[in-house]
Amino acid sequence: MKPDFGYSINQSQKIDLDQTPKDVAAFVLRFEPSFAICIGCGTCMATCSAGHFTHFNLRMAQLMVMRGQIKKIHEDIEKCMLCGKCQMLCPRGVNTRNVVLAIHRFTHPLSRT
Amino acid sequence: MRERFIYDPFVLPFMAGFIYILIYLFAGIIKTVKELPYEDRKKLGKSIFSRKIFVSIKEIFIECLIHRKIWKRNPVLGYMHMSIAFGWFMLIILGHLEVQLYCPDRVKLPYFPIFFRYFMMETETTLKGSLLFFLMDFFLLMVLTGIGLAIYKRINSRLMGMRRTTKLKIGDSIAVYTLWAIFPLRLLAESFTSGISGGSFLTRGFGLVFESFVHNEALIRPMWWAYSIALGAFFFALPFSRFMHIPTEILLIVLRNAGIKSRKTNAGYGNIELYSCSRCGICIDACQMSSAAHLDRKTTVYFMRMLRDEKGNIEEAAQQCLMCGRCVDACPVGIDSCRLKQNVRRSGSFHSPQQYQYIPPAETIRTDVLYFAGCMSHVTPGIEKAMRTIFEKAGVNYRMMDEGGGICCGRPVMLLGQEESAAVLIRKNTDIILQSNAKLLVTSCPICFKVFNEEYDLPIPVMHHTQYIEQLLDTGKISVNHTGLSVVYHDPCDLGRNSGGIYQPPRQVLYQVAYVMGNPNEREKSLCCGASVGNAVLTNDQRRKIARDALEKLTEEHPDILVTACPLCKKTFAGAGTQQVEDIAQIVVKAMDQ
Ligand code: SF4
Ligand code: SF4
Ligand code: SF4
Ligand code: SF4
Repeated sequence: MKPDFGYSINQSQKIDLDQTPKDVAAFVLRFEPSFAICIGCGTCMATCSAGHFTHFNLRMAQLMVMRGQIKKIHEDIEKCMLCGKCQMLCPRGVNTRNVVLAIHRFTHPLSRT
Repeated sequence: MRERFIYDPFVLPFMAGFIYILIYLFAGIIKTVKELPYEDRKKLGKSIFSRKIFVSIKEIFIECLIHRKIWKRNPVLGYMHMSIAFGWFMLIILGHLEVQLYCPDRVKLPYFPIFFRYFMMETETTLKGSLLFFLMDFFLLMVLTGIGLAIYKRINSRLMGMRRTTKLKIGDSIAVYTLWAIFPLRLLAESFTSGISGGSFLTRGFGLVFESFVHNEALIRPMWWAYSIALGAFFFALPFSRFMHIPTEILLIVLRNAGIKSRKTNAGYGNIELYSCSRCGICIDACQMSSAAHLDRKTTVYFMRMLRDEKGNIEEAAQQCLMCGRCVDACPVGIDSCRLKQNVRRSGSFHSPQQYQYIPPAETIRTDVLYFAGCMSHVTPGIEKAMRTIFEKAGVNYRMMDEGGGICCGRPVMLLGQEESAAVLIRKNTDIILQSNAKLLVTSCPICFKVFNEEYDLPIPVMHHTQYIEQLLDTGKISVNHTGLSVVYHDPCDLGRNSGGIYQPPRQVLYQVAYVMGNPNEREKSLCCGASVGNAVLTNDQRRKIARDALEKLTEEHPDILVTACPLCKKTFAGAGTQQVEDIAQIVVKAMDQ
């Protein structure tokens, strides 16, 4: 048995953009085109009602959509209360609530139309 | 008078249509009544055998025949609707009266009163005869003027105060064109026959004119054939056209007066509302998605048509609405189209029972007055700050329910159709309220106010801060000085129209602190700021157009300040132009300091 010193090798954080699924981003962009103008400034997460209690972070969710990291978003996106604060404050005018709904739709294949 | 015939084959098209529509309506009524929940059916039964039925009959007369609400909107439009509906009604009544007077045994034949002039021959002119002839001609003329206006409205609807009218579909077109044809054909048929069976100023006059250049006798039967065919075709097209609203609206009025309301499904009452839409298009002009953002095809009338025909992307159509309620206010039939949309949204939603489990259990806050700022006030901190000042100056024992950010009231998710998710939020907020022992809940946001009032089951009263400030002023807990400023007050949709009309309290407060300028877009005619959480699909560009347009209309008189009572409206208007915008709480605080 190998001695366990409490150290281990980090899992690779590498994201191979050639390998990532692009359908989620395409879907969300089609559903809510204003998603394209997000600059990742993070204003939305700074005010988020859900983010007050959890690590839910819309900016991250948007990044993950672009990277096709669908599994992670799946649980996260449901935390949003659709309150609309983020939309009110977004400096770019992204329709963030519809972005959330789009991601929601994608991650619930049954409701995808 | 002498009877010439009792039957002619030309009555057949009319009879076929007539029997068809009778069966259709009968089956329709049975189906609808069956769809109603048991308690609604009980209510209906009770109301039919009570005084309420007279109220209904009166309303049917005033709204379905005279069209009072449309008169109020625009007299020419009102006259157009009335002349066709009331004129036709009188022709039917008088036609039956004629048969009753001259050949009572023929009343049993449904076609007889309709084609009376063909079957009976005028041999003498009695007083009652000439009076009836005159009245028949008079009402025929009335209907014809209405038809004339209807044709003109298709070309130029602005005469009737409407900027836009609905585009017709095929069933509508057949019904419209046959309806337009019925009365001119009747005029021709009766005019050609007037030499034999008499007539008054209109039919007799036309008859004489025709006689001078055509041989009337030869044209009598073809004209009656054409008239009968037009009637029959109209009846056949009726169920596939907007004119179905004629019989359905009667049923709607009876159901409404029986105390039946639309519920969380569109079956039963909702269906009747759907069929009662006359596609008059009045809701198109009322809707700012059309007037400011040029989305005419997204307005209620088109949604109603899609829902009725079960064609197109109904779910999407139901989503494209600010839920501002302006079209509901404008609708002459009284259709609660927002509820119909909400029901569609609900059925198309997706839920996850897991979500919101992360929300921590409620911590106990003990206080007398609980203040819920709401998400929107958290991003407009000026309002929250003003409310704190007011509470403190009034010496009220208050606590904030969502200090530093709480959970959402639930209305935004609910509006997007996700009721189960909303229920979780409602339960969590209810826990906090119940544990607080508070005697009053005050909100700053009309969106929260509405949902706390209507969807929460709370043992304590809920007040919007406009109402609360009015109360504080009335009881002398706070006092204000007049600021000398001129203001225009904007009624937020969810506080005014959508909450049963809280229009007076904010004004009572404002009268004490500023000069309140009137505005054509106030109270139930109030404009939506465009940022409504009811619509998730409207683009920001479209929202901006609505906001700018509304702001322009509200500030035509150049007030010093535009006052609102909704954090969302405040933020939206402030971003739409250079006008100074303030919440009512802020201007009150300003007036307290002076
Ligand atoms: S606030 Fe707007 S621009 Fe900034 S990260 Fe959020 S969505 Fe993107
Ligand atoms: S709408 Fe959702 S993401 Fe935006 S602030 Fe509210 S909870 Fe956060
Ligand atoms: S919903 Fe009302 S206002 Fe709109 S077209 Fe129908 S009847 Fe007219
Ligand atoms: S509720 Fe408002 S936005 Fe929706 S259709 Fe009616 S008027 Fe238009």
